[in-house]
Amino acid sequence: MRERFTRVASELLDEDPRLAVVLAVISADRFARAARAHPHRVVDVGIREQLLVGVAGGMALTGLRPIVHTFASFLVERPFEQVKLDLGHQAAEAVLVSSGASYDVASGGRTHQAPGDIALLDTLDGWTVHVPGHPDEAEALLRHAAAGTGTRVYVRLSEQSNGTARPVGPGRFQVLREGRAGVVVAVGPLLDATLEATRGTDVTVLYASTVRPFDAAGLRAAVAGTTAADVVLVEPYLAGTSVSFAADALRDVPHRVLPLGTAREELRRYGTWREHVAAHGLDAAGIRRQIDGFLARG
Amino acid sequence: MSLMTGDEKHGPAATSTLDALWVLYDRVLRVTPETAGDSDRDRFLLSKGHGPMAYYAVLTAKGFLPEDWLPGFGTFDSPLGHHPDRTLVPGAEIGSGSLGHGLPLAVGTALGLRAQGHTRSAVWVLVGDAEMDEGSNSEALAFAGATGLENLHVLVVDNASGTYGRRGGIASRFTVEGWSATTVDGRDHEALYRAYTAPHPGRPHCVVAQVESAP
Repeated sequence: MRERFTRVASELLDEDPRLAVVLAVISADRFARAARAHPHRVVDVGIREQLLVGVAGGMALTGLRPIVHTFASFLVERPFEQVKLDLGHQAAEAVLVSSGASYDVASGGRTHQAPGDIALLDTLDGWTVHVPGHPDEAEALLRHAAAGTGTRVYVRLSEQSNGTARPVGPGRFQVLREGRAGVVVAVGPLLDATLEATRGTDVTVLYASTVRPFDAAGLRAAVAGTTAADVVLVEPYLAGTSVSFAADALRDVPHRVLPLGTAREELRRYGTWREHVAAHGLDAAGIRRQIDGFLARG
Repeated sequence: MSLMTGDEKHGPAATSTLDALWVLYDRVLRVTPETAGDSDRDRFLLSKGHGPMAYYAVLTAKGFLPEDWLPGFGTFDSPLGHHPDRTLVPGAEIGSGSLGHGLPLAVGTALGLRAQGHTRSAVWVLVGDAEMDEGSNSEALAFAGATGLENLHVLVVDNASGTYGRRGGIASRFTVEGWSATTVDGRDHEALYRAYTAPHPGRPHCVVAQVESAP
């Protein structure tokens, strides 16, 4: 997805003079051509992540729409006060595009993993959050974000992706399968594993490539079609991140929620992202095991 | 300023900036209430957001704010807080309060203006000497110097309040990173004006305005 992002963002710079790309070394080599073509609209601030977001805020105040990029841990977590104040408090608009996600850099250890990025953004207002599950979805959501106005947008890219792209419809969960025993919401790159995990079971599967705003109406409608208001959230970041949104959507409906995602406890292991997916119980077998246990207790 | 009450802790911080702000708004900045929406206006960013009474007073004197807003300073129904909010204060380019945000925002503003061809537009940011202890300012200072961001100007109001002081003085911190820098008496209007308008081709400019020490 990162390859697709840098190519599409470079094209967008050619098309839209309002756009700028702000970098902190990461991926700067992939923007070399764009930087030659647009020397004042591609800015690499060096390894200075507070400045990365501060510069984006200042650019936005002059009327540009900055696209800001580095690893998720250095884009949202390290300069969080800049995200809160230099963008949010200034009422400035920007598109943040992260790579690395929760476990892409598994061999790099905890310093390069950001499973809490969306939970952190959830403490702020006005953020749209896209979690594409395929490079085609990443491209469509990036183009949507770049063209938008009036919003702060976070696009969370990952190595993990699904075999096929789904049409993106920001703000709407898509119904991929209908059943009666419960509702499973699969987010972004965990869709394939979720579909495999729920094969042969009588559950509705919703797909979310945009998680904020949270499609409360879509979840309510899906739950209304079941015999038990049992909801499973399958998220490729901190388990439970969307629980409050699901609870709010179902505030008038007695319901149960099983939040799946990465564990809060630090996984002090290296290896590959696939091994981390399995360790967090987010491969098809792990998802199946947890859903079966949850529904059996209902 | 006497119309604004409360915030006594920040009283000395408020008057330290008054002369420097007045000379800047009165004789240097190309911005008025009528041009405050123009894309190529000069920008002034108050980074040291505490003690904003002098700022509000200058904005009032220049017609950005109605004088009858001042007595409500800091109250629930007033747009004028103990730290300014840009969405509430006409003429305020940024909201500030947490230290170390104005200079990075000013760097981005200068870059944004340059990218849109507004080469005549100057960006000014006021910081306190103690505020320069924030690491985010180190990031911005080094980047702006290295890239020769000529339309960027920093006004450091130096009341010697930094916890460990600054060996070599504040200005040297800027010059070592390639800035133009000058240190003047922060109460001397002519000296301030000369420092503000000194040419600095190819490099950003810093004016250190020394005022009496914080009590």
